[in-house]
Amino acid sequence: MYTQALNIKDMAAAAEDSAFDARFQSRVDAEEKIEPNDWMPDAYRRTLVRQIAQHAHSEIVGMLPEGNWITRAPSLKRKAALLAKVQDEGGHGAYLYAAAETLGVSREDLVEQLLDGKQKYSSIFNYPTLSWADIGIIGWLVDGAAIMNQIPLCRCSYGPYARAMIRICKEESFHQRQGYEIMVTLCRDGTPEQKAMAQDALNRWWWPVLMMFGPSDKDSQHTDKSMRWKIKRFTNDDLRQKFIDATVPQGQYLGLTFPDPAMKHNDRTGHWEHGEIDWSEFKRVVAGDGPCNRQRMKQRRDANENGAWVREAALAFAQKRRARAEAAARIAAE
Amino acid sequence: MTETPLFRYTLRLADNALVLGHRLSEWVGRAPVLEEDLALGNLGLDLIGQARAFYVYAGEIEGRGRDEDALAYLRDAGEYCNVLLVEQPNGDFAATMMRQLFYSAFAHPFFEALQKSRDATLAAIAAKAVKEMAYHVRHSAEWVIRLGDGTDESHRRAQQAADDLWTYTGELFEADAVERALIEAGIAPDTAALRASFDNAINDVFDEATLQRPGSGFMQSGGRDGRHSEHLGFILTELQFLQRVYPGAKW
Repeated sequence: MYTQALNIKDMAAAAEDSAFDARFQSRVDAEEKIEPNDWMPDAYRRTLVRQIAQHAHSEIVGMLPEGNWITRAPSLKRKAALLAKVQDEGGHGAYLYAAAETLGVSREDLVEQLLDGKQKYSSIFNYPTLSWADIGIIGWLVDGAAIMNQIPLCRCSYGPYARAMIRICKEESFHQRQGYEIMVTLCRDGTPEQKAMAQDALNRWWWPVLMMFGPSDKDSQHTDKSMRWKIKRFTNDDLRQKFIDATVPQGQYLGLTFPDPAMKHNDRTGHWEHGEIDWSEFKRVVAGDGPCNRQRMKQRRDANENGAWVREAALAFAQKRRARAEAAARIAAE
Repeated sequence: MTETPLFRYTLRLADNALVLGHRLSEWVGRAPVLEEDLALGNLGLDLIGQARAFYVYAGEIEGRGRDEDALAYLRDAGEYCNVLLVEQPNGDFAATMMRQLFYSAFAHPFFEALQKSRDATLAAIAAKAVKEMAYHVRHSAEWVIRLGDGTDESHRRAQQAADDLWTYTGELFEADAVERALIEAGIAPDTAALRASFDNAINDVFDEATLQRPGSGFMQSGGRDGRHSEHLGFILTELQFLQRVYPGAKW
């Protein structure tokens, strides 16, 4: 069930009223949470729907590259942990869809838009998982980058999204530690082949992970408004820098080399500087030509199509059951 | 060195749980609805957890230093001793749920009885597993009922699944010399005594699902003695690949 009925704007004229807008902005400025039935600007609602849906889709599509390795995990402990992790991601998807539904859209519509290619998911999941080390890298770096992006969202002005993010961030930070622990096992305690596997994984994932923070601030379309509405609190470049500064020492501890010859520590600023990101690759992958875009979407579409008869059956059964209960009640009443 | 009946018996319980857990984990990202992706993962996690506990104990009984991973990852199909039912392919959602119903409608009363085992470790693992299997029965029964009494198509698929899988249910109740020795020692439950409970559960579900319970027919068996269907080799190929390619590596 979704709450569209509660959100219908019966005051179309008033909505345009700048008084509403001003009051809304002052509440945001005062760090008050905006709740589903509060008045909000259309553009705020649209931005949130777009962002939350994209986030939910990312969790769902994100199950696939890691799901690849559940059946091949190298020990029972790793197998159980990976299965639980991928399941957590499905759970995140479920409550993010629920958060989006408070804004008057339905999960079914959002999923349809994903499958039709009208809504996006994080491009990072269009890269393949080729070795077990990729599972370590995804936990350490992909979840690590996601946490950098998501911690500020726990303070997002929209209440349901902020609350969902608090729970998600707790689980993500557990995943991140789990991923790093896989890397430690491979790099510090592993055989030369395992170390090489880890280095190869870092080489393939490092640049795509940096792209997860989105375009450079000078090219970002959505930043200004989102900052004013407190949906976003740090710019893409700020978050990227924080992530790099946190990650480089971790990589050094592992004895890995970052695939960026221009990377160097700036003693004056205290930051790690990085080389130029290849934004043409980012644009290409977002536009649909990453290594796995088609496979990921095909797997989601197949799951949806192959499961259609199951969903129809569940619906038909529920209707039959309701009809029988009503008939029984009628007979009892007579 | 000949293996003891207790080792063999514990290994069978472990292999059943691992192979079925592995099968369920193959569903992740492919389920008909998101909630089922989560539920199938949960069922799989329960079973993998049971498998780990049984493997650790089997290794202790054997006393040759094999841990859970040595037992799971370094035995070939002929040494695996799970029942044939659990290695059957996932098929469609109806086949997966039917397989789960048949297995859990056996495993639930089985673990209930194993809780009273004179072997304290088996009893302790059973005490945890019995709660999990109660949920597996409920979840799979609800789906079998929905599918059986849903649409024409879902009814046809559910009936097909029942007809295809029924032949693997007999093996669940077989007792060979290994098992009889343990039954007499008060360690293993007598599975013949669980038959009525299984039959009642299946009959109730099938009635409500408007499905025909398959006739008795021929019952396939052999898995517990290492004679498997063609499917197990493929499961182990995938499951064991990293351990086989990098012998001795720690993960």
